[in-house]
Amino acid sequence: MLKMTHLSKVYRTEVVETYALRDFNIDVKEGEFVAVTGPSGSGKTTFLTIAGLLETFTGGEYHLDGVEVSHLNDNARSKIRNEKIGFIFQAFNLIPDLNVFDNVEVPLRYRGMKAAERKKRIMESLERVGLASRAKHYPAELSGGQQQRVAIARALAGSPRLLLADEPTGNLDTQMARSVMELLEEIHREGATIVMVTHDPELAARAQRNVHVIDGQVVDLAEDPRFHAHVAQVADATHGR
Amino acid sequence: MFAYYFQLGLRSLRRNPILTALMVMAIGFGVAASMTTYAVFRATSNNPIPEKSSQLFAVQIDNWGPEDTKNGEPSSSLSYTDVIGLMAAHKARRQTAMYPVGPSVIPADAHLLPFNVNSYAVYGDAFPMFDIPFLYGSGWGAAEDDGHAAVVVIARAINDKLFNGANSVGREINIDGRNYRITGVMDSWNPQPLFFDPVNTSGFDDPVDLFIPFTRAIELKMGTAGNNNCNKNSGDGWDAWLHSECIWAQYWVEASSKADADAYLRSLQGYAAEQQRAGRFRWPPNVRLRNVQEWLEFQKVVPPESKISLLVALAFLLICLVNTVGLLLAKFMRRAAEIGVRRALGASRREIYGQFLIEAGTVGLAGGLLGLLLTGLGVVGVSWVFDPKVARLATLDASLVALTLLVAVLATVMAAFYPTWRAAQVQPAWQLKSN
Repeated sequence: MLKMTHLSKVYRTEVVETYALRDFNIDVKEGEFVAVTGPSGSGKTTFLTIAGLLETFTGGEYHLDGVEVSHLNDNARSKIRNEKIGFIFQAFNLIPDLNVFDNVEVPLRYRGMKAAERKKRIMESLERVGLASRAKHYPAELSGGQQQRVAIARALAGSPRLLLADEPTGNLDTQMARSVMELLEEIHREGATIVMVTHDPELAARAQRNVHVIDGQVVDLAEDPRFHAHVAQVADATHGR
Repeated sequence: MFAYYFQLGLRSLRRNPILTALMVMAIGFGVAASMTTYAVFRATSNNPIPEKSSQLFAVQIDNWGPEDTKNGEPSSSLSYTDVIGLMAAHKARRQTAMYPVGPSVIPADAHLLPFNVNSYAVYGDAFPMFDIPFLYGSGWGAAEDDGHAAVVVIARAINDKLFNGANSVGREINIDGRNYRITGVMDSWNPQPLFFDPVNTSGFDDPVDLFIPFTRAIELKMGTAGNNNCNKNSGDGWDAWLHSECIWAQYWVEASSKADADAYLRSLQGYAAEQQRAGRFRWPPNVRLRNVQEWLEFQKVVPPESKISLLVALAFLLICLVNTVGLLLAKFMRRAAEIGVRRALGASRREIYGQFLIEAGTVGLAGGLLGLLLTGLGVVGVSWVFDPKVARLATLDASLVALTLLVAVLATVMAAFYPTWRAAQVQPAWQLKSN
């Protein structure tokens, strides 16, 4: 479903080159639920934005659903984003001027879907996340958990092959985080491929597979000293040492 | 998607109402100033007889010589001697001399007082030449010209006043104590600018009330009600003046093709050469033949203040649009997060262009509606700046309404190109990361 081989992402200025991703390799099979973990600045989110075709990469290869995407133009990338990928963001990213119904409608509009079909899909998605009764509410009138559910409904409405979630529970309290996580698990059980970036080891543990990223590379935890150093650092911070 | 983007545009008008109001006002005032001054410019630079403007020619003959002419340009009017000479030569398909006269009409109804009429003495060819429309009857023919006939063509307004709008052809009308037979009643005819006599009217005046035969007017010694210019003393009495080199008549010819016009110009040069040989002109032939548009331009019929005010208003519109660029930029860039989300959900750059340009178009439409209201007020108030005879020609008709809205929308959409380009450059990844 998602395969990156020797992928790199370099930010260049006149004086310095910064590798956000270096020799990055990952292969996510269809129907998998993969958690991508790693310390801040490790390149998790860069990976996710490249995976979601929101950003280009510098080198290597990226196949999404069998298509090599590096040479696609803006229109083609936008079409793939619209038809194959659903995004769930930490900050929900709902459009404040649009009500719940209209927010969920956005990706369907870009697909050129007819009004009746749009309405059917929107209401089905909202029912699935338990917010059909809030269709006319505006984001500001909803709790954080409800907003994230709307964002999930928006991601699901287009029936994407791949769901990309960036810290989906990062802005939620424990109870709401649990409920959102349960929803993602349910969606995965129904066959969706999910790639979730998270800091939270507890959430990561609920995924089928964990991929660890350190310094822009996927690492094997057992062998990588940087991971052990990171664990020690986290432990120190946790115990106040 | 147009309907969706238009709907988003309408919704965005309500967002940031102060910013929206500033933009709508900037566009509204800018467009209104431009359209008001354009209404005046359009009226003054109008082609008054578009179907024939390239076939009608004003004639100029230099009968004063280089000492009394400016920049070698022959005078705009002709002397009686030249009028008679050209009419006798009859070289054009149609031709007429004309001059304004100011007779009084004495109504048969004793309850009505005599009144002055805005009149011209012309030859019968003038009616088909100038495409003068008739409600009843027609103009007169060559026989009436030759016979100095007491005939007349009156305007509809005069017919309404004297005959209650009935068909008055064949009836008589008393002008300056003499009876004239009415041959025709003109339908509404008021070409603006008054191309046939900008010399005496500056191009803008009331419609003509009455036409009488040129030959009849001369026989009755009707002096001109317009300009009479002499380069030397014309002597005493009517006949001395008539046969002097004083200039006071306009002369028009009709030529249906370029070849005919060229042929007429050659005959005009031939006439002037003949006058030189006869010793009347002591200079080489100096003649001009200008069609209607060239004639109006030569006579500088479009008031200079009309051009200047239009340029100033367009500059004002430009300033308003520059402000609008800034305001739109602020408005669009405040929505970088929304743009990032839309891009993530599948909007291509082209779709972002579409959304924001249409949104700008709705702002322009709102500005256009305000501009329309202000243009209406401007057209009413234009007489404070321009000559009332010019100002009254400026009207808010359907074409100006359409143009006002079109200019507002197009100008705003053009002003939105840069802000929209900036909006489309928003990097969704960065935007979403920063959120």
